[in-house]
Amino acid sequence: MQVGIPPQLRDYTHAEAHVEASGATVAEILADLDRRFPGIRFRIVDEQDRIRPHLRIFVNEEQTRTLDARIATTDRILIFGALSGG
Amino acid sequence: MTSISRRPSRRAAFLPRASLPQAVPATGSLALLVGTRKGAFILHSNAKRREWRLAGPHFLGSTVHHIVLDPHDRRTMLCAARAGHFGPTVFRSVDMGRTWKEAAKPPAFPKAKEGEKGLAVDHLFWLTPGHPSEPGVWYAGTSPQGLFRSADGGVNWEGVAGFNAHPLRAAWCGDEQASPPDGATLHSINIDPRDPKHLYIGMSCGGTFESPDGGSNWAPLNKGSIADFLPNPNPEYGQDVHCMRMHPLAPDRLYQQNHCGFYRMDRAEGEWVRVGMKMPKRIGDIGFPLALHPREPDTLWVFPMDGSTVWPRVSPDGKPAAYMTRNAGTTWQRQASGLPERQGWFTVKRQAMCTDRHAPVGVYFGTTGGEIWGSLNEGGKWTCLVRHLPEIYSLEAAELG
Repeated sequence: MQVGIPPQLRDYTHAEAHVEASGATVAEILADLDRRFPGIRFRIVDEQDRIRPHLRIFVNEEQTRTLDARIATTDRILIFGALSGG
Repeated sequence: MTSISRRPSRRAAFLPRASLPQAVPATGSLALLVGTRKGAFILHSNAKRREWRLAGPHFLGSTVHHIVLDPHDRRTMLCAARAGHFGPTVFRSVDMGRTWKEAAKPPAFPKAKEGEKGLAVDHLFWLTPGHPSEPGVWYAGTSPQGLFRSADGGVNWEGVAGFNAHPLRAAWCGDEQASPPDGATLHSINIDPRDPKHLYIGMSCGGTFESPDGGSNWAPLNKGSIADFLPNPNPEYGQDVHCMRMHPLAPDRLYQQNHCGFYRMDRAEGEWVRVGMKMPKRIGDIGFPLALHPREPDTLWVFPMDGSTVWPRVSPDGKPAAYMTRNAGTTWQRQASGLPERQGWFTVKRQAMCTDRHAPVGVYFGTTGGEIWGSLNEGGKWTCLVRHLPEIYSLEAAELG
């Protein structure tokens, strides 16, 4: 499935805004991304498997707050980084 | 409490200078490595230190708390960065910043057991290259307080379990209510030049701690250092250390600037002495950084700030000045020549003051207003080297020649 990558993380994806990944949960999608783009998972999820504050992961148009969320092959994942702070 | 078997050293206070490269003045080119809230910069100079050329930014938009060159190989440079909300990491360069590569395994606490709340590194605050007998070793201090070690030049990092998993760690470090506004930090990692296993750290908050065995065991080292923000102002631990340094030629001599003044400790005495009490009363002895003379263990610089009322943390009365002692804090000399004489509201963070190894010693500091000031005559006269940078978090001298 397709995963939308925010501009802040495109150094990892060789400037690609959308990349393919596979998995049945958000956790598996992130693990697959990390295999292909080493280091990207730790930018999104901390060492306690918590989605980093101010980051948002959407499955289609629904925000997920857990890595256990189930994903269908037809779903689309979007990752956003907040544009907050000075 | 874990016991420490090592007694305060009774060895000679001063090391034989001929055997130590840092005892010889540097004569080559120099760079100042600048960490800022919005990225890193490198300020290059030649051996005469008369011309300065700014390079960068590196990692524009990321907060860079510390950028350090390994003084032993003069090649490996590590940068502690935090890209906005995307967490902390370490970048590594072996070509003075022309190219960078991210650590394969950045510092991170272990995953907690199910049902327990584990720690997560918010930012990497401090980097220290290891002992010269251990090439490739680096230590990192984090917020919240954690100690990490790399044995491969910063590529892979492991937690120092003797500290991070110590049963008293939570008591030593305190909770969020005991933390400074930008987060509690472990910093001031000092390695004894006589013994790579003998480590000191400072914490804000937590105090000063010592390990005799490479980080397996730790003990507080805070006698004499006060904490006037606690019910007991003389606690065993809990002090707010801003910056602590061990002199490389006299490793039983420690200095610290903390929330409650400037202190000196000679290990044989085992007690901090508040040498800041010798400062002028109208200036006080509150501040963040301190910088050591590389060859004279009794000489150091501090940069006092207003610690009255609500802690403005700016130069007292808007008149910035460094203060230098040449007798380990017995007397202090004001050094303000070249600095603004009024309306100069400088704030200098704890990592933002350093010295080089040239002769005479260059002294440098960076401000939260984005200026770097330098003195090529040991503080006798200051010149602004760079303006208009982002808020400066750290400044380190890197001898290249």
